Amino acid sequence: MVDAIAHFSNWATVILMVIGLYVVLARGNLIKKLVGLSIFQTSVYLHYIGPGKIVGGTAPIIAEGFTVYSNPLPHVLILTAIVVGVATLALGLALVVLIHEAYGTIEEDEVLGREDDS
Amino acid sequence: MMHRETIPRVVTKLLFPYILLFALYVQFHGELGPGGGFQAGVIVAAAIILYGIIFGLQAAHRIAPPRLVEIMISLGVLIYGVVGVFGLLFGGNYLDYFVLDPDPVNGQERGIFWVEAGVLVTVSSTMVAIYYAFAGRGR
Amino acid sequence: MIAAHLPALQVVIPLLAAPICAMLRRGSHAWAWTMVVSWAMPVIAFAILLQVLEGGTISYWLGSWEPPWGIEYRIDTVNAFVLVLVSVIGAVVMPYARASLEREMPADRQVWYYTMYLLCLAGLLGMAATGDAFNVFVFMEIASLSSYVLIALGRDRRALVAAYQYLIVGTIGATFYVIGVGFLYVMTGTLNIADLAERLPLVENQRPVLIALTFLIVGLSLKLALFPLHFWLPGAYAYAPSVATAFLAASATKVAIYLILRFFFTVFGGSYPLAGLGVPLVWIALSLAAIVLPSITAIYEKDVKRMLALSSVAQIGYITLGIGLLSEAGLTGSIVHLLNHGLMKGALFLLVGGIAYSKGAVTVDRIAGMARRMPLTFAGFVVAGLSMVGVPGTVGFVSKWYLVLAAIERGWWWLAILVVASSVLSLVYMGRLVEASYFRPSAPDSTDDQEMPRSMLASAWVLVAACVYFGLDTDLTVRVAAQAARTLLGTP
Repeated sequence: MVDAIAHFSNWATVILMVIGLYVVLARGNLIKKLVGLSIFQTSVYLHYIGPGKIVGGTAPIIAEGFTVYSNPLPHVLILTAIVVGVATLALGLALVVLIHEAYGTIEEDEVLGREDDS
Repeated sequence: MMHRETIPRVVTKLLFPYILLFALYVQFHGELGPGGGFQAGVIVAAAIILYGIIFGLQAAHRIAPPRLVEIMISLGVLIYGVVGVFGLLFGGNYLDYFVLDPDPVNGQERGIFWVEAGVLVTVSSTMVAIYYAFAGRGR
Repeated sequence: MIAAHLPALQVVIPLLAAPICAMLRRGSHAWAWTMVVSWAMPVIAFAILLQVLEGGTISYWLGSWEPPWGIEYRIDTVNAFVLVLVSVIGAVVMPYARASLEREMPADRQVWYYTMYLLCLAGLLGMAATGDAFNVFVFMEIASLSSYVLIALGRDRRALVAAYQYLIVGTIGATFYVIGVGFLYVMTGTLNIADLAERLPLVENQRPVLIALTFLIVGLSLKLALFPLHFWLPGAYAYAPSVATAFLAASATKVAIYLILRFFFTVFGGSYPLAGLGVPLVWIALSLAAIVLPSITAIYEKDVKRMLALSSVAQIGYITLGIGLLSEAGLTGSIVHLLNHGLMKGALFLLVGGIAYSKGAVTVDRIAGMARRMPLTFAGFVVAGLSMVGVPGTVGFVSKWYLVLAAIERGWWWLAILVVASSVLSLVYMGRLVEASYFRPSAPDSTDDQEMPRSMLASAWVLVAACVYFGLDTDLTVRVAAQAARTLLGTP
């Protein structure tokens, strides 16, 4: 049972990772690519936090009656990674807004097509 | 059009101070329990963004002027960095909180307090700045 | 007292200078501030290098938390060398930036350019200085996010698309890196690079460790633009502002290569599991492909900045080739080529930026006959170009010499011959530029061309002169590089 839970988190990580990467590669819409990128990054959050969880462990705050604590370090690391992810997404969206203003479209093939014309 | 949405407007005005108060609770409870500058900063920003969505971007600009927001982004990082520099000045390494007070535990608390304050300032203003940048586009 | 804190100051000064810069309102103020800060960096970097050469590895505990629990800045000869490279390039391009940017963007954007430039500098220096694998990721993202902005600030609208593509690829690369580090953390329970190196033998050859290695290699290869993962690079370099191209081409990919060195040799301990898995052979094959294929594309390229960007991919191939040879001579060649390529490609991109200063986009047809009106620019072009080809007396020769030595040491004569023969390719595309600018009649609309402003010429010529100086006086660079190679291989 314990094993199954551990593997469940890994499966979820891998599935999210592959979905995200696939969306980034396969979609031509610049916004959808960013959505895929975010899913991909989210899988990494799980990749760190999953193994940090100890079955029966609680938040690492010293209190009466608790002896088993989950590892807090992955959470701290991932808090940083989440902020990085937000910054990347914001910057990516800002670039898409500018691309839309410059080209009038956010479809990758149309953008590249208009470059060849000019 | 705007005046028909009475309920959201009244609720926003009622909620606004409590959201800020909750942000302060999260901020100052951060050393003792889950919470801290990141979460509090986002809550502060949520209050201002809510205000902007309901009353319009201009109203939000009045309570949080864009230039102030821009300066706050830099200011928060500087507060964080200067705490680290104080560690140097008191004879420790960079970001050394132990030396900030004769009692190392108090020193840690003092260091964390100011660092979290810097995080609050930067995170809240960054979130608001992102909202301003996207909402103000194409007008 | 200050001397002990130099590793922290190296990173913290530009990091804190950036928000101060953002508060300034005029481009010239921001330039002056950035100038002061970026010239302080090489001073600190050289002081650190001297400390390391005299006293061995420096370990600086951030917040006085003892490693492996706290974050440690751990500087040995290898990263001291990289710190010097990044900070020197960062300082040399600054006098150039002012006139160049005033032509290329409005005043309010200049402030943002300098802010992002300082952040990028802080990120690159931080990646090189830190001894914590996750901290590397944080600095990598600081450097990457700011470099996306630097590229997007280019005046062509294609700069936006290039920046977007770089953002996607760069984020995938960085995320792969974090996945790799995550596997290592799960297996060893530590993020400190030195500690990882000690604990990895305990879990040797277990599958997660090998997967971690794979993710790390692919992620970092995306960042350093190893063939065939280089597709983002030509666009990004071609449309960025001239000075940003020169800075990024000379420093950003180099820091990623440093990380490859760190993980291959320090963390994974040289030949373990690399040799067993055939990694070096694949690595060498890809490096050779990187040297040959982009060079051939470069020969047919019309846009000069794009041509030089493709040539960057080829030059990175030489650097990775030396790494794949896994020997002291090969590594010496690689490490010295980090600096040498930075010098010559920095010089070339600055000079092209100077031509773009009066011409806009620079194509082979447009530079026809321009050497007569811009003699200093094109003289620099010829010298740096000869260095790219690897003519004796220039830095390009020094690095290729060590690569050839390493190949012969392994008994691979074919590889030595290939390295020498590949120089012909660079000769062809650099020769095309020289032929067009010196021997072709000038285009009718080009009578008003003139040299770029003196401040820009000075920056470019400092790098050109360095190409020749370090080609003749190899003692300094090669001595440090050889020591760095020995540090990595763990031989005294």
